[in-house]
Amino acid sequence: MSVDDLALQQVAMTRPEYERLLDLLDREPTEVELGMVGALWSEHCGYKHSRPLFKHFPSTGEYVLTKAGEENAGAIDLGDGWVAVFKMESHNHPSALEPYEGAATGVGGILRDIFAMGMRPVALLDSLRFGPLSDQRNRRLFRGVVEGIGGYGNCVGVPTVGGEVQMHPSYSGNPLVNAMAIGIGRREHLLSASARGVGNPLVLVGADTGVDGIHGATFASVELSEGSDAHRPAVQVGNPFLEKLLMEACCELAEQHKDWIEGLQDLGAAGLTSSAVEAASRAGTGIDIDVALVPRRAQHMTPYQVMLSESQERMLVIPKKEHLEDVLAHFRRWEIRADVIGTVTDDQMATIRDGDQVVARMPVGVLVDPPQYPPEGVRPADLDALQAEDLAAQPDLDPSEAGAALLRLLATENIASRRWIYRQFDHQVQNNTVVRPGGDAALIRIKDSTKGVAASTDCNGRMLALDPRTGAAMAVAEACRNVVATGAQPAALTDCLNFGNPEKPEVAWQMEEAILGLSAAARVLETPVISGNASLYNEAPDGPILPTPSIGVVGLIEDASRALTIAPAAGDTVVLLGAQVAQPASTLAGSEYQWTTQGRIAGMPRLDLDHELRVQRFVLDAHGRGLLTAAHDLSDGGLAVALAEMCFAADAGIDASDIAEGERLDAALFGEAPSRFLVGTSNARVLLDLAAGHGIPAVAVGVVGGDRLRLGPIDVALEDAAREWSEGLDRMLAEI
Amino acid sequence: MATYLAHVNVMLRPLINDPQGLVVRDGLHSLGFEGVSAVRVGKRIDITVAAASVPEAEAAVRDMCAKLLANPVIEDFEFEVTEVAAVD
Amino acid sequence: MRATVVVFPGTWSDNDSVWALAQCGIEARKVWHRDEVSFAPDELVVLPGGYSYGDYLRTGAIARFSPIMEPVARHAEAGGLVIGICNGFQILCESGLLPGVLMRNGSLQFRCQDAYLAPVSQASPFTAHLDTSRAYMIPVSHGDGRYVADESTIAMLEDTGRVAFRYAEPDGRVTPDANPNGSVNNIAGILNERGNVLGMMPHPERACEPLLGGEDGNAIWRSVLESVGAKV
Repeated sequence: MSVDDLALQQVAMTRPEYERLLDLLDREPTEVELGMVGALWSEHCGYKHSRPLFKHFPSTGEYVLTKAGEENAGAIDLGDGWVAVFKMESHNHPSALEPYEGAATGVGGILRDIFAMGMRPVALLDSLRFGPLSDQRNRRLFRGVVEGIGGYGNCVGVPTVGGEVQMHPSYSGNPLVNAMAIGIGRREHLLSASARGVGNPLVLVGADTGVDGIHGATFASVELSEGSDAHRPAVQVGNPFLEKLLMEACCELAEQHKDWIEGLQDLGAAGLTSSAVEAASRAGTGIDIDVALVPRRAQHMTPYQVMLSESQERMLVIPKKEHLEDVLAHFRRWEIRADVIGTVTDDQMATIRDGDQVVARMPVGVLVDPPQYPPEGVRPADLDALQAEDLAAQPDLDPSEAGAALLRLLATENIASRRWIYRQFDHQVQNNTVVRPGGDAALIRIKDSTKGVAASTDCNGRMLALDPRTGAAMAVAEACRNVVATGAQPAALTDCLNFGNPEKPEVAWQMEEAILGLSAAARVLETPVISGNASLYNEAPDGPILPTPSIGVVGLIEDASRALTIAPAAGDTVVLLGAQVAQPASTLAGSEYQWTTQGRIAGMPRLDLDHELRVQRFVLDAHGRGLLTAAHDLSDGGLAVALAEMCFAADAGIDASDIAEGERLDAALFGEAPSRFLVGTSNARVLLDLAAGHGIPAVAVGVVGGDRLRLGPIDVALEDAAREWSEGLDRMLAEI
Repeated sequence: MATYLAHVNVMLRPLINDPQGLVVRDGLHSLGFEGVSAVRVGKRIDITVAAASVPEAEAAVRDMCAKLLANPVIEDFEFEVTEVAAVD
Repeated sequence: MRATVVVFPGTWSDNDSVWALAQCGIEARKVWHRDEVSFAPDELVVLPGGYSYGDYLRTGAIARFSPIMEPVARHAEAGGLVIGICNGFQILCESGLLPGVLMRNGSLQFRCQDAYLAPVSQASPFTAHLDTSRAYMIPVSHGDGRYVADESTIAMLEDTGRVAFRYAEPDGRVTPDANPNGSVNNIAGILNERGNVLGMMPHPERACEPLLGGEDGNAIWRSVLESVGAKV
């Protein structure tokens, strides 16, 4: 078979990669083999541009049970036999084409990663990015994605408890849809996605296989271009109803009949190909599959299509052969189709046949060993000047304008209340949600235990645009801060590395810098990277997206009944921890205030990781001593917005008019320096003394009460501020 | 200007998965309708529109389908336009 | 007394219901919709929330033909207690055990939020011991919860004391703003003629512990316990 450029283009393989394959096989590949290799060597499955950077990630730590890359998701040990598994994954490109189904199937895919490990999914979070909502197309994508997440998550009965969304022009036409799922269960029920035990059958369960999303994996590994419309692969339509049955059947299998099976694996990108090959690779075995045994939804499917179909809601079960009938009966009882499609072999080969005819036969090792391209980055030429800009040269905010500035900021698309979104998500099903969406992190309790798990997703692409290393570290710090604000100890993180085309030197530089910053922060804050995903080639006609490595941090609280929210009680003192009120103009770098007032960003964000860790530890220590009634992290919109949000949650005003705002009013109110918390306390004296003893800056800013929001020169009615904040998104989305 | 009524049918494209159709098919089977081999579920949308002529009305409806009523990534549409008495 | 929680394909409030009943000391078993079961006369049958059969076609349209609906209907006819929550309410309406239908929310969006319920009729074991002078905080979580029936049916329900709950403000006032889905007359739950079948959209099983935000939902299970106990 002579392979032309078009055939290579279809499987997103370069000529040198093809030459490499010829060397490895020592012969020409068959059509099916070429398709399988193309999919597994794609960026989406093989991480050929990002894997060389993964070595920087800290991967071990106190809580880590299953490290990144070992299984479908990482696992942490919560103590007393409890385990949490979690992972975040992107579904950006499908969501750009069909927002509802793209987002819905993104949720479905991440859930399968979790229950493939035998753990029950207990929470979903979503990290979303869109272009400005002033644009009708962005609003359509936004609505579609939110509906799709709800449509799938609500139907399967897993609560969507948190997440975040940010708008920026670079995401116009290339939205980011990153879904994160958390599963919890008993350690003894953890499953492996391994094809162990020579002679054991391979059982495909769930949906019939159709011609869905063939080349989805390779499609996600190239840029969306003007021509994308013409080459649209069939976007998958998800079936959350079937997913729910699969989830129940698989969890029950893990919980009650683990001795029946050797492995459980989901089918995701590159379908049966990656699923079976990865399972064999993990176990050091081979697989022999007969595509004629795969139940089809469409007629006349070729072996190539069957092996690469990305039909949703399918799982691969590897039962022990003596329990095959038990396993088939188990799925029948759940009214799910299950068929034997092959066997585990001892030859470390992936053998695919169509009835009597062998259509592919390759070493598993070749398939799972994609070429790797260490990024060759070049620092963007204009970055030095941008970072060096003197923000103090800009005129300061006039004190008489401060109230109006706050009201404007509260209504912006990046700060306004997310209620429009989360009220469309069932965030309570399963009866575990202790801290609901709308605060910092979400917190769910573990039944039959006192423990709880907190989770937050964060990333501010604007900070990364100014300095990817600091910005990525800030994303980790913020996610940890949010978890700490609920009273939980950050334990580990997952990431979804969203970048532009890695073949562009400036994007490659952003990637490497961001991963170094992420790794440094994860190391200092003791949150190892236990799972993740990379989504590259996120480019629209105007250029790449802001570098956006979304971070999901999961933390542990031993007593969920002691979870903190952001709502203090009337009469509590609100204390700023981690910094003085006064801040230099440089802390406006990349801030929402800078962006909305100037329409551009400049300056250099700063983060001291050791200080960050000390402040976080102090908050947990103070809460351990019973000194805190509420805690809130300072991020978008700075001190003023954080304080306003606490007042909205408390449904009470505050008098913080007597603060030392220093020389830059705008920076004191709206600067976005990291490592800061606002906490509520009914014992301010003791808290301030404790902070002084620990060398943590602490300032009592005011007492909660009344119906006005007073902060320095700001003096607005709580009701007016709350209206701007709570109706901001509704107003923007009122227009079709 | 005359008034036209368009009956628009939006269906998932033939090879696209239709979970709703599958569940309805199984539901019909369990009620004893054994002869049912396939079910596809779509949407019917009726649009009343003012236009100068049938071709103009058709062009407008086609545009509506392409821009809003159907997503060509997963859906096909078809429609029929007839002139009706004007309604206020 | 014992309770049975029915599990249809796609049900997701089954475990929550068992959990909430346990908070009130009621032992509950779960049964799969194809299981052959019989119910004791004093058994409480719960049709819980979820998306039976994915809510495809119409909510509850396919689940009503599940094998278990025959014994459920017989239990209801014999005066046994049946409560349908959310999807369970939709199934009861589709199967004709309760009148009316639940349509797409007026907002056309799913709504998951706290709701306050004003008890209206006390003519049922589920509501007999509720305090009609206050509102109960019981969350809603549905996309199709707008209760609709023809005018004569609504008049009949209103006139014969078969409206169990209305959506209300926290202080119990029934206002249009308190209505999360556009239901006629803010109706959140209705009873059958004998008062032994209750259908309601809000989720009492979610309001079962202070840790989760409140335990007002338990009042319904306690009312059942008191009513059943009073009969003995």
